[in-house]
Formats: sequence, structure tokens, C-alpha cells
Amino acid sequence: MGATALRNGPSPVPAPIDSIVEVRGISKTYGNVEALRGIDLDFPRGKLTSLLGPSGCGKTTLLKIIAGLIRADGGTVAINGKRVSAPGPERAFVFQDFALMPWATVTRNVAFGLELRGTNKAEREEIARRYIAEVGLAGFEDKYPHELSGGMRQRVGLARALSVDADVLLLDEPFSAVDEQNRRKFQEDLIRLRTNQNKTFIFVTHSIEEAVYISDRIVLLSPRPGRVSQIIEPEIDRSGDPERIHRDRHYLDTVDEIWQGLKQYVE
Amino acid sequence: MAVSIRTDGEAAGLASSSNRSATGASWDQPILLRLVSIALFAGIWEVAGRIPVSFAFPTFSDTVVAFFGLLADGSLATAYLSTLQPLVLGVVLSAFLGVSLGTICGLWRTGEWLVIPVFIVLQAAPVAAFIPMVTFVYGIGMTAKTLAVMILALPVIVLNTYKAVRNVNESLLVMCRSFLGTNWQTVAKIILPDASPVIFAGLRLGVAAGFVGVVLAELLITPTGIGDLITFHRSRADYAEMYATIASIIALSTLTLVFLQWVEVRVFRPESRGA
Ligand SMILES: Nc1ncnc2c1ncn2[C@@H]1O[C@H](COP(=O)(O)OP(=O)(O)OP(=O)(O)O)[C@@H](O)[C@H]1O
Ligand SMILES: [Mg+2]
Repeated sequence: MGATALRNGPSPVPAPIDSIVEVRGISKTYGNVEALRGIDLDFPRGKLTSLLGPSGCGKTTLLKIIAGLIRADGGTVAINGKRVSAPGPERAFVFQDFALMPWATVTRNVAFGLELRGTNKAEREEIARRYIAEVGLAGFEDKYPHELSGGMRQRVGLARALSVDADVLLLDEPFSAVDEQNRRKFQEDLIRLRTNQNKTFIFVTHSIEEAVYISDRIVLLSPRPGRVSQIIEPEIDRSGDPERIHRDRHYLDTVDEIWQGLKQYVE
Repeated sequence: MAVSIRTDGEAAGLASSSNRSATGASWDQPILLRLVSIALFAGIWEVAGRIPVSFAFPTFSDTVVAFFGLLADGSLATAYLSTLQPLVLGVVLSAFLGVSLGTICGLWRTGEWLVIPVFIVLQAAPVAAFIPMVTFVYGIGMTAKTLAVMILALPVIVLNTYKAVRNVNESLLVMCRSFLGTNWQTVAKIILPDASPVIFAGLRLGVAAGFVGVVLAELLITPTGIGDLITFHRSRADYAEMYATIASIIALSTLTLVFLQWVEVRVFRPESRGA
């Protein structure tokens, strides 16, 4: 298997040394659709973990349960060892549809989490400016969302999540409404952010290439009911040129391996 | 249900027309176009008055002269003093009451069941028919006029607000919750700003209806203010004065609506200013 560590089967994965998010026995049923069944997962601190799987396998549901935005029917979620069932300051969400307030400037949108927490205006705008620059939007502070492209809007969403200084960032297909060029650029930025910010990222995607390219760890979910089918740790050296990574042997092998695993679920 | 569709249509119509004029507000030629349109209107009026279409139809120039006459002898000012009090009071009360009631109904199911049907009926009813009844109960004073304004203005404000709050952007609500917004913060920072375009469309319709209410009350029951001035000049066959009075209240109503739109763009939806 080369540098790729592979663990098979739905059985609980042995807990890594330091996991910040622990998911135990999570299940969720919508009406008569069983979206998730018995999910056990650990998310290592400071790493980027992707949830990958075919459409409808419950990725969004699992992410929103971790975020505390959806209540699970059974099981528990613990952050830093503490059980949670509602949103909290240690987690921040990046939304697939951006969820920006159209009537607010970039600065106010980015500072919104802090505004809700009662941080004073000068301070929160200072923090917002820093993260706006961090995601490459310096100069756009006073623009409104409709004046930005899709890629830029998602950067605003990312900056908003970064500015509340949460330990865990939850991203639900953040690039699905972004064009391919922006997507590439954004993926590179995310890799850079993960190294600089020392945050834990949980990232939902249905692109195998994207998952392999940016993740330390990939959780493959199988559909109906959603279960953990495989956990893969692609050990790819991301320090070099991004173009080189896309041609890297391990990268290509891992993509192929995952595709072999997922093929059975796609007609 | 047909009623609620009507509100939507009106609201949408007004919203889109307001968008158009907001685009015009980018201060270049649209100003000129608007002046041309006013001049054209005045010209047609003048010609129609000279033909004349009816002996009771004054020319534009006569009407303008009559308007300054009414200004000079103070009768217009006296009339407006009496008309504006119930109008402003009724409109302000309707705005606050209507937006609050609409918001509560949009957020709270029980309130919705209790209150909304009443306003749907009120909006469907030819409410002007209630005005004599209001006079019967409250006499012919300020209270009756204020109530007449509110009867006409309130339903559309409540229903528009209710609908706007009901249809608030779901993903913004989730966003606010995920960033730990309290219920109050959600209402103040997400729901009301998100609903404000439709709420303001309702307010504009409500204010226009309030003008109808006060004039109706003055024509039908309480012979005071603008309504009385119109009736008085008609009875004396001073048609130029009569038209001047009517035109003045139409102008005032229009200016009020323009002002309301300015407030909306300024305060609530700054992003639509340049759009
Ligand atoms: N609110 C809901 N009510 C009913 N069924 C739902 C609801 N949300 C999700 N589901 C169902 O639960 C299953 C999992 O949905 P979920 O959105 O979590 O999948 P996903 O993996 O995120 O899919 P996608 O890749 O399409 O985003 C799907 O079959 C979906 O139809
Ligand atoms: Mg999804």
C-alpha cells in the first residue's frame, strides 16, 4: 500500500493519541430514511479530516450533528472531552451556500460572530480586517456580498469562521458553488491555513481528488444507511509545488484506491 | 387566499418599481427624464383643460394659480393642520403596531392562527364601508379619523410583515444559531433586516391607504381638513381650487412614499443603494 495507511471495516477505529472531536454511536433517521447508523469516529487535533462519500450518504447530516445544528437520534459528540448537543464557541461552520448577510459589508459579515458575542466594534473590526487579509480579500472590506464572485464570497465565509477563533472548523462542501480555478486556489490556501492556524478542520466533499489533495485523513461513508466504510490516511508531501502533487504517484494511487472502494455505490 | 396573493402582487409590483427608481437615483439623466415626464403631464393637462374636456375641468395653469391663492389665504395650511394630525398619528401607530403584530405572527404559530385571519378578512373587505360605523361609535373627532386611517393602513402592513418574517432566509437563521446568536439577536440582526424590503413595500402601501382613509373620513363624515376643502370648492364650483387641493394631497402622498424609500435604502438595505 506504499505510504497509504488503510483500515478496513466499520469497526471502531482505535483512538489516536489526541483527538479533539469524538463521535460515538451517532444515528439519525429522517422519517423512513435512515441517514446515519452507528457512527464512531475520532478527529485528530490539528489535522484536516474529510468526510467523503456519494450523494445522500449523510455527510452533511453528520457534520451538522457535530456542529450542534441537528439533533442526533442516538449517540454522543464530545469536543475536548466534553459532551455537546448545541453550537458552541469551540466550533465554527462554513456554509455550502455561504450564508452571508446581503445587507452587510464584508467586514461586518466577517465580524458577525464576534458581534453576536458582544465584542466591541473597534476590536472586532480589527480582528475581521486581519482575517480578511489572511484569506486574500484585503481591499474588499467595504464591499457587499453581491459585489463579490462566488469564490470571494466563500472566502468571506471562511474568514468569518476563522475570526471567532474556534478550535474546530466545519466546512460543508465549501467549494461546490465555486468555479474550478478558484477551487484550486482555495484548496492551496486551505492547506496553508491548516499549517499556520493550528486548527482542526472537518471537511465535507464528494470530490475524491479534492479529499486526497488536502486531507490528512479521509473518512469514507457508505450510503443507506450512512456508515463508516473506510478510513484512509494519504501521506502526501504537500510542501512542494501543487502541480507536482497532482502528478505524485501516491496521490494518484490513493485517488484510484478510493475510487475502487466507492465504485460499488455508483450505478 | 386570493387576498394574500393580492398583497404579494402589490408588494412585488411596488418593490420592482422602487428598484427601478433606485437605479434612477444614480443622479445622471434619469432626473432629466423625470422632469420631461412631469412637463409632458402638465402639457397634456393644459391642453385637456383648454379644449375643455368638461366645464368642471380646469387648465393646469389655472390650477397652479389657484394653488398659490390657497397658500396665500392660509386655507390650505389650516386644512392640512387638521388633516395631518390624524393622518400622521394613524400612520405611525399602524406602522409600529402592524410591524410588531406581523413579526409576532410570523414567529409564533398561535399568534398566527389568532390574528392573521382577521386581517385577511379586513383586507378583502371594502373597509371604507366601516368608516360610517367608526363615526357612529367614536363621534366625528380626531379619534374617528385616526381609526379610519388605521383600518385602511393596518391590514397590508401586518400581512406583508407577517409574510416577510415567515419567508426569512433559512440558511441565515442557521448561520446565526451556529455563531451563538440569541433569539433576540436573531430577530434584530437577521429576521428584520432580511424582511425589510417586503415590510417596507407593505409600509408604502399602508401609508398610501392611510391617505385614502383620512380623505374618505373627511369626505364622508367629518367635514374638516382637506376633505372639507375639496367639498367646499366643489359646492362653489371653484374647480381650479378643488383640483389644486386634490393635486396637493396627491403630491404629499407621493413625497411621503419617496421619503420612506429613502429611509429604507439608507437605514436598512445599504447594499441596494448602488445596485
Ligand atoms: N431534512 C431532511 N428531511 C428528510 N430527509 C433528509 C433531510 N436531510 C437529509 N435527508 C436525507 O438524509 C440522507 C442524507 O442526507 P445528507 O444531506 O446528509 O447527505 P449528503 O451526504 O450531505 O449528500 P450530498 O452529497 O447530496 O450533499 C439523504 O438521503 C437525504 O435525502
Ligand atoms: Mg450535503
